[in-house]
Amino acid sequence: MSDQSGPLLETRDLNKTFGAVTAADNINVTVVPGEIVGIIGANGAGKTTFVNMVTGYLKPTSGTVFLRGQNITALAPRQITKLGMSRSFQVPQVFLTQTAFENLLEAAGIADAMNGISALKPLHRKPLLDKVDAILKRYRIDEYRDQETSTLPQGIRKLLDIAMAMVSDPDVLLLDEPTSGISVEEKFSLMDVVMEALQEEDVTVLFIEHDMEIVERYTTRVLAFYEGRIIADAPPEIALNDPEVREFVIGDHKVGQHQAHGDR
Amino acid sequence: MNSSRDWTVPGLTIGLIAAIILGMLVPDWVLSVITISFARALAVIGLLVLWRAGLVSFGHALYYGLGAYTVALLGKYWGVHDVMLLIPAALIVSTVCGFLLGFILRKYREIFFAMLSLAFSMILYGILVKTESLGSTDGFNVGAPTFFGFKFEDVQDNKIAFFSFLCVLGYIAALLVHYYLRSTLGHLTTAIRDNEIRVEYLGYSVAKAIHIKYTMSAALAGVAGACLALTLSQVDPDSMVNWTASGELVFVTILSGTGNVAAPFIGSMIFDLLRTYAFEWAPHAWQLIVGAFLLLIIFFLPGGVWSVIARIFGARRKL
Repeated sequence: MSDQSGPLLETRDLNKTFGAVTAADNINVTVVPGEIVGIIGANGAGKTTFVNMVTGYLKPTSGTVFLRGQNITALAPRQITKLGMSRSFQVPQVFLTQTAFENLLEAAGIADAMNGISALKPLHRKPLLDKVDAILKRYRIDEYRDQETSTLPQGIRKLLDIAMAMVSDPDVLLLDEPTSGISVEEKFSLMDVVMEALQEEDVTVLFIEHDMEIVERYTTRVLAFYEGRIIADAPPEIALNDPEVREFVIGDHKVGQHQAHGDR
Repeated sequence: MNSSRDWTVPGLTIGLIAAIILGMLVPDWVLSVITISFARALAVIGLLVLWRAGLVSFGHALYYGLGAYTVALLGKYWGVHDVMLLIPAALIVSTVCGFLLGFILRKYREIFFAMLSLAFSMILYGILVKTESLGSTDGFNVGAPTFFGFKFEDVQDNKIAFFSFLCVLGYIAALLVHYYLRSTLGHLTTAIRDNEIRVEYLGYSVAKAIHIKYTMSAALAGVAGACLALTLSQVDPDSMVNWTASGELVFVTILSGTGNVAAPFIGSMIFDLLRTYAFEWAPHAWQLIVGAFLLLIIFFLPGGVWSVIARIFGARRKL
């Protein structure tokens, strides 16, 4: 699936300003296949701006984004999706008047259309129906199959949002705060489901997260943002103990709490 | 997902046969009313497609008018009266115009989409009203149609033949739109209404999808206008291109409901019967009755008359 020979995702000197505010300041990141990268930072540090620029939602003021060596900076989100990079959102972006099954079926139909199968073919065809049922099981949301999405609990909507992003079998997946709005008890079970499913699908993951326990448990690498800059880029055990990260990202009192809970 | 069987195709087929037989039996005035209804229904099917995507056009009389005037002008200046030439000509003119304007309209949503479409239709209205060679405010007459060069001696027989032709045309259009709505691209209508961002991130261009739907609706409205001109035997800007004609199409779309491609035919007939009887009962206040009826539909049947049929037959409502 992925090209193993070089970086999968790369940003060079990525900058973004909104008037006088610098949301991204010379961001240089290289991600290789198989990494699970946690993106941390306080509110307004530039995490979502980074994800939005990489996925085509925002155009950078300057700088370049490469996916498998191809410059994707000027491409629209749908073109980036076609090239193999998907995303989920902090607020799940699903089709609220449709059931979970219909949401995924729509996603599967579009994924087929991207692979050259006519978008005028009937949507309800067996290969797609089977694929959707398998995805519902993989993300453990099959019991909500025929429930209208607007009535689903937040955690299930988050899972559906991620599952929809994964329907096109991307090489890179960006998750914007997958556990936000989820109760503390549910966070780990949700992440277990997500990570198990993503490992099955051999996808490289970057995800924004505020909970340091989640970051520590699930990532292989951490990017810490502060005022639009990356102040740490290292494995979690190093990045989370970096003095700058402790001061500007985690906050000393939170470090104290984190250590008091012990490693999970 | 939807376990109940879809009766649309058999329903349309039975409806086609029943309508053709009915056309041979009903009095002249009823035939005229139903012919107008079915012609309008073609345009309403197009609005249904847009409506499902959350788009309301207040300017589809533009294509109605283009179709009608294409027929009228081909007859007046080139002596073309055969439906086999007139309908394709109206289809081509409205489709090309819809395709070109679609590049602009696909960028807009909600009230901006509605008002911009209205603005384009009023430009055509202004041109027609000010141009003598296009009939100005009076318009002009349209000759009786021929079918593959054949014309019935009896005027009533010719009307029945045209109605039967229209029924077949409506059947084909409804089937095509039905199969379109069942496709991946067709299902995108609801998806676009619900969440454009997700559609883009799934990998499909929302603008392209809307452009296709808009062009399709323009094509249907053009054919509808052509059929209307051939039914009324005349064209004029006020009844075919003015904003009231666009409003009438929106009215019938609300009245019909957007749950099924058969709904516009039923809704359009109800509208014409309502208008006919309201006019007979209160010639100076018939609009009041029609307006009150629309209010009742909005309050008590937000899914239109189709929602009643869907409830009776257990079909799932799709709005």
